[in-house]
Amino acid sequence: MLDGRGSIRRRSGARLWLSAAWLTVFVLAALLAPLISPHDPLAQDLMLGRLPPAWIAGAEPGYWLGTDSLGRDVLSRIIHGARIALVVALIAGTATCLLGSVLGLVAGFYRGWADRLISRLVDIWMAFPPVLFAILLIAVLGTGLTSVILAIVIIDWTRFCRVVRAETLNQSKMDYVHSAKVAGFTRLRTLATEILPNVLPTIIALLTLEMGIAVIVEAILSFVNLSISTDQPTWGGMIAEGRTSIHQAWWVLVFPLIALFLTVLSFAQFGDGLRERFDPVLR
Amino acid sequence: MSGFLEIRGLSARLAGTGQRLLRSVDISLPAGSVRGLVGESGAGKSMIGKAVLGVLPKAVEVIEGEILLDGQDLQKVSPAERRRLIGAKAALIPQDPLTALNPSRRIGPQITDRLVDILGWTKARAATRALEVLAEVSIPEPERIMRLYPHELSGGMRQRILIASAFAAEPKLIVADEPTTALDVTVQKQILKLISELQARHGTALLFVTHDLGVVSKVCDTLSVLYAGKVVEDTTVERFFAAPQHGYSSALLAATPRHTDPSSSLKPVPREVLDAVAAEVAASDAAWRPSGGARG
Repeated sequence: MLDGRGSIRRRSGARLWLSAAWLTVFVLAALLAPLISPHDPLAQDLMLGRLPPAWIAGAEPGYWLGTDSLGRDVLSRIIHGARIALVVALIAGTATCLLGSVLGLVAGFYRGWADRLISRLVDIWMAFPPVLFAILLIAVLGTGLTSVILAIVIIDWTRFCRVVRAETLNQSKMDYVHSAKVAGFTRLRTLATEILPNVLPTIIALLTLEMGIAVIVEAILSFVNLSISTDQPTWGGMIAEGRTSIHQAWWVLVFPLIALFLTVLSFAQFGDGLRERFDPVLR
Repeated sequence: MSGFLEIRGLSARLAGTGQRLLRSVDISLPAGSVRGLVGESGAGKSMIGKAVLGVLPKAVEVIEGEILLDGQDLQKVSPAERRRLIGAKAALIPQDPLTALNPSRRIGPQITDRLVDILGWTKARAATRALEVLAEVSIPEPERIMRLYPHELSGGMRQRILIASAFAAEPKLIVADEPTTALDVTVQKQILKLISELQARHGTALLFVTHDLGVVSKVCDTLSVLYAGKVVEDTTVERFFAAPQHGYSSALLAATPRHTDPSSSLKPVPREVLDAVAAEVAASDAAWRPSGGARG
């Protein structure tokens, strides 16, 4: 009496593989930065300033993506910039996810005063413009990698909280949650086995999205010079420096921008692809 | 004679308002017998089932009355004790098989978890029992089915699994909340037959919530007709179908569509009958005074 649905193969999806491929390049670049970057990302050579990328006349061999106005190699700086981006994506993304999801699950499942408190907090939080809030926070916390990560967590937990709460509310109305209650399972147990597994695909999709957003926020803070010290290459910092010489050397701005764009896009696509592939229910 | 399930004078209302949802409901269900709860949507039939199983929505509060399960008043014990009592003695066959199984877990643990974690069975014993009940509801290859996810099975199969799961722990009472409403007609018949057979074989008391009098005539021994949360008629199935006592009951019976005569049109419950039963409810409300233990 099995019906046909069990045997349908899911579309494997080019976007999952393409995004996974770029993310692999990104992670490898970050991990192996000192080994694979062709030059020291901080070495300045004013004689080699504003060299164009390798395929344009006037390029110097070995500087594939050209150099900035201080003669630093753009490719090496992008590769080293990936390290900061990766750390921020992983740590800030995961911490934001944990904080927001736990609060969302509690609010959606236990309801009552906990829900009222958390939901009002989310409303208040979302009334602040996020970028201004971030800048304000960094001003209070001081610059540095830890502050950037803290700022991202403090700003973005609401994104998880709202969505996870709504999903949990939906799940709580399901008959199998009722049945678990009738059977005599504790509330915590019901939350862990009946609700969490069904909310998890959403949490994972949001987590990858959040990793992309964390990279963007870090870039924005670097752009306004509020992230980490200037002697460490970051994509946002490169974009800020490239902006001043956009007419003479567009490549200083454009290449880190492409790296940022592809990374953020890949995170989001990867999450959606994962959900499509592994969610047991085709929603 | 006192039944396995005794509901005495149960009244409930929408929390914080005077809106009464159940009006002094009395229901007696002896061990091993089947009682139908019938009425229109919103008459309170599902609410009684939920009250018995301790899963009333938070917005509903019980004002007065007793629910005695195997002689113990569920209103008087602690919530933890109530959960334990209900978990050990009662089970639910839910309405919609499509939402009653957790889509992200395999069938097997959804049946055995309760036996192992709540009733303290060993894993091996629970697994054997699960295979036994699945075979009992005529599920082919139960070993394989237990490893599947719900979305890999049809609605009828899922309802069989839910029935098997309800009977797995040998409960003394099962509440079936419109268990066939979400199924198509051909499957409905099989499922009803299956529930009846299992109920008879296991000697389980069954509280059968439905709006379908045809179903009642096939499955139940006794029935309670509800209107606006009030039991307007409490009778046996034979007497009800031979000669319903209450005006509302006869109108309800007359309103049942008959496919033996396709030319007959559907008969709604007449206006006068509704007015009469509403007036009766209002009269009993006016006479009703909350007894001791009432809050507010």
